[in-house]
Amino acid sequence: MLKRIKHLWHILRRLTGDDAYEIYLKHNMEFHDSNSDAPKVLSRKEFFKLWQDSKWKGIKRCC
Amino acid sequence: MHKNIRTIIWLCVVTLGIAAICAIALNRGESISALWFIAAAACVYAIAYRFYAAWIAATVLTIDETRATPAERLENGRDFIPTNKWVVFGHHFAAIAGPGPLIGPTLAAQFGYLPGTLWILIGAVLGGAVQDMVTLFFSTRRDARSLGQMAHDEIGPIGGAAALIGTFLIMIILIAVLGLVVVNAMKHSPWATSTVAATIPIAMLVGFYMRNFRPGRVLEASILGVILLLLAVVGGGWINHNENLRGLFDHDGLSLAWAIIAYGFAAAVMPVWLLLAPRDYLSTFVKLGTVTLLAVAILILQPHIHMPALTQFTDGTGPIFGGKLFPFVFITIACGAISGFHALIASGTTPKLLANERDIRMIGYGAMLLESFVAIMAMIAATVLEPGVFFAINSPAGVVGKDAIDAINKINSWGFAVTLEQMNQLAKDMGENSLFARTGGAPSLAVGMASIFGNAFGKSMLALWYHFAIMFEAIFILTTLDAGTRVGRFMLQDMLGNIWPKIGRTSWMPSVIFTSGLVVAGWGYFLYIGVIDPNGGVNILWPLFGIANQMLAAIALCVATGILVKSGKLKYAWITGLPLAWLVIVTSTAAWQKIFSDDVRVGFFAAANDLTTKLAIGSLPPEKAAVAPHLIFNQQLDAYLTMFFVVVLWIVIFDTARVTLRYLTGKPLLPLTEVAHEPSRLVEDWVRD
Repeated sequence: MLKRIKHLWHILRRLTGDDAYEIYLKHNMEFHDSNSDAPKVLSRKEFFKLWQDSKWKGIKRCC
Repeated sequence: MHKNIRTIIWLCVVTLGIAAICAIALNRGESISALWFIAAAACVYAIAYRFYAAWIAATVLTIDETRATPAERLENGRDFIPTNKWVVFGHHFAAIAGPGPLIGPTLAAQFGYLPGTLWILIGAVLGGAVQDMVTLFFSTRRDARSLGQMAHDEIGPIGGAAALIGTFLIMIILIAVLGLVVVNAMKHSPWATSTVAATIPIAMLVGFYMRNFRPGRVLEASILGVILLLLAVVGGGWINHNENLRGLFDHDGLSLAWAIIAYGFAAAVMPVWLLLAPRDYLSTFVKLGTVTLLAVAILILQPHIHMPALTQFTDGTGPIFGGKLFPFVFITIACGAISGFHALIASGTTPKLLANERDIRMIGYGAMLLESFVAIMAMIAATVLEPGVFFAINSPAGVVGKDAIDAINKINSWGFAVTLEQMNQLAKDMGENSLFARTGGAPSLAVGMASIFGNAFGKSMLALWYHFAIMFEAIFILTTLDAGTRVGRFMLQDMLGNIWPKIGRTSWMPSVIFTSGLVVAGWGYFLYIGVIDPNGGVNILWPLFGIANQMLAAIALCVATGILVKSGKLKYAWITGLPLAWLVIVTSTAAWQKIFSDDVRVGFFAAANDLTTKLAIGSLPPEKAAVAPHLIFNQQLDAYLTMFFVVVLWIVIFDTARVTLRYLTGKPLLPLTEVAHEPSRLVEDWVRD
């Protein structure tokens, strides 16, 4: 039961983008860790700024 | 499960579905339970999803689970992210389901409940859902390219340009008509106006919270915002009862239209994080919550439909919009049955998240079925009202007369019973001054929803439910308005950037102000005309929007058909070819009638000529004569705009036919742009979230 609730909570966070920063950190660790000239890791605030701006570039909402 | 048991279950579903559709179609009694609608919809969707969509996925598209998607190949941790299919489904559904499926069915209910309901069901399973699914598939196979790019790459530059211009013009008309719906919902209603106004500072507060106070904590901020929105609905009631404050929010249509225009400009120029993004979070939460609540309430309450299956207005004399059942029911209900706009979301945005091709059926086809179900619920909410009440709310003053007594007499003369006392009591229950001639669909939908919610969860709060419903519609109409203006601005900057590169820089403030101003002026003009038009504006704008949206759907289906033919799947090309043919017939007929009909409520030129004659002989009352020149110009402009839509549509069709013909005769073609197969690294048991 607890597992179910945890899973739902997880999906809710993913749906809303609440965990976007954590995903970014994970991706960064996986792909750019060993790379010496990897781009600097963004802070939560910097990342959110970039994420939100890029999210609203195209057509996001319909009729 | 044993194969025989499965067969029996599906036979039961088929039987129930047929029984429900027969019950809806053949009922000529006093009323019919809304449960039949739900049953019919559920069965039709289940059968279509299980068999038709599965067949398309397996046989026509040959979906390949082992193939890496763009999200996997191009993963960057920001926009290309392989994502759990339920999460993608949520994003996709939230993106495609706007106010359209709520308004269209409400307006089309003037023909009776039957035509709209059948079109929503059939149009969605054979047209809209197929369009969304194949577009999603083709975009996924092409690095998540947009519809315009695919049209350019696969059909030719003409198709690409048509998709671009079509999108831009739809945006303009769509925003104008949505603006009109909000204005009509707020007209002389201090409660609705103050609640809608309060959503602006609430969204800004949420924006600050997410950006500066607790960066990235989207969930916390949204919950805070939703609570504040609910308080705003209650607060609106308090303002409505406060003699000093209510005057501040009691405005006529024209001043509200100017306020919306000013707001639209400000929202397009302001940074996204301040208004647009937080408002979108709030509207998505409220939207999903309310739709779920409505479904639950309909199941608990099992309300009865009072509208007849067919009304006399199928002959084209309807008060809400003029025009016969064919083709206008298919134009009026676009979103919910088939909407070209979805192709823009299904290409570009959603494929960047898709973890595996096998999710395409659920996301592309499934999300459209859910949107179609929202349209069915809107149809139920509109038709649970007594028909007399429905027509009193939705008929413009230009048709039934400005005076309440005239309106009542006129509606009674159509054979729909309604009394002045009944309307006054209803307005009082809903906390409004008057519910006569509140066109646009939002108020009648809100009355329908309030009566369903009120009966299911307690009748004492009817006024609260009504204003909650208005807030619910207004908040995502305004989101569409903000987002649409901004997208229009980007597109315009992109186009003008070809002439003067500097203007194409999206961050250059003079260009931002200039292009935003142009876009706002575009939709602001149609909104202004819609408000001063005594026939309510909806009669002109909604069909124009429907024609434009169906034209975009036809372009998307052309692209899909062209790709199917080029991939050597000519024998399956009918899955998009049939809905395409239907849309072409419907759109062309509607456009023809809107341009050339002699009926002044249908034909644009007929209306312009009629007004010109009346103006010349001086038979118009002074206040009408003052605006008549604007209205005449507008009717002519609308006629040319409709002509433009049809010409663009036929150019794309001929272009697709040319591609097909070249394929059949073995002549060289633009090559398929499908990305080469790359095996997926994500193994079968990989946890996709």
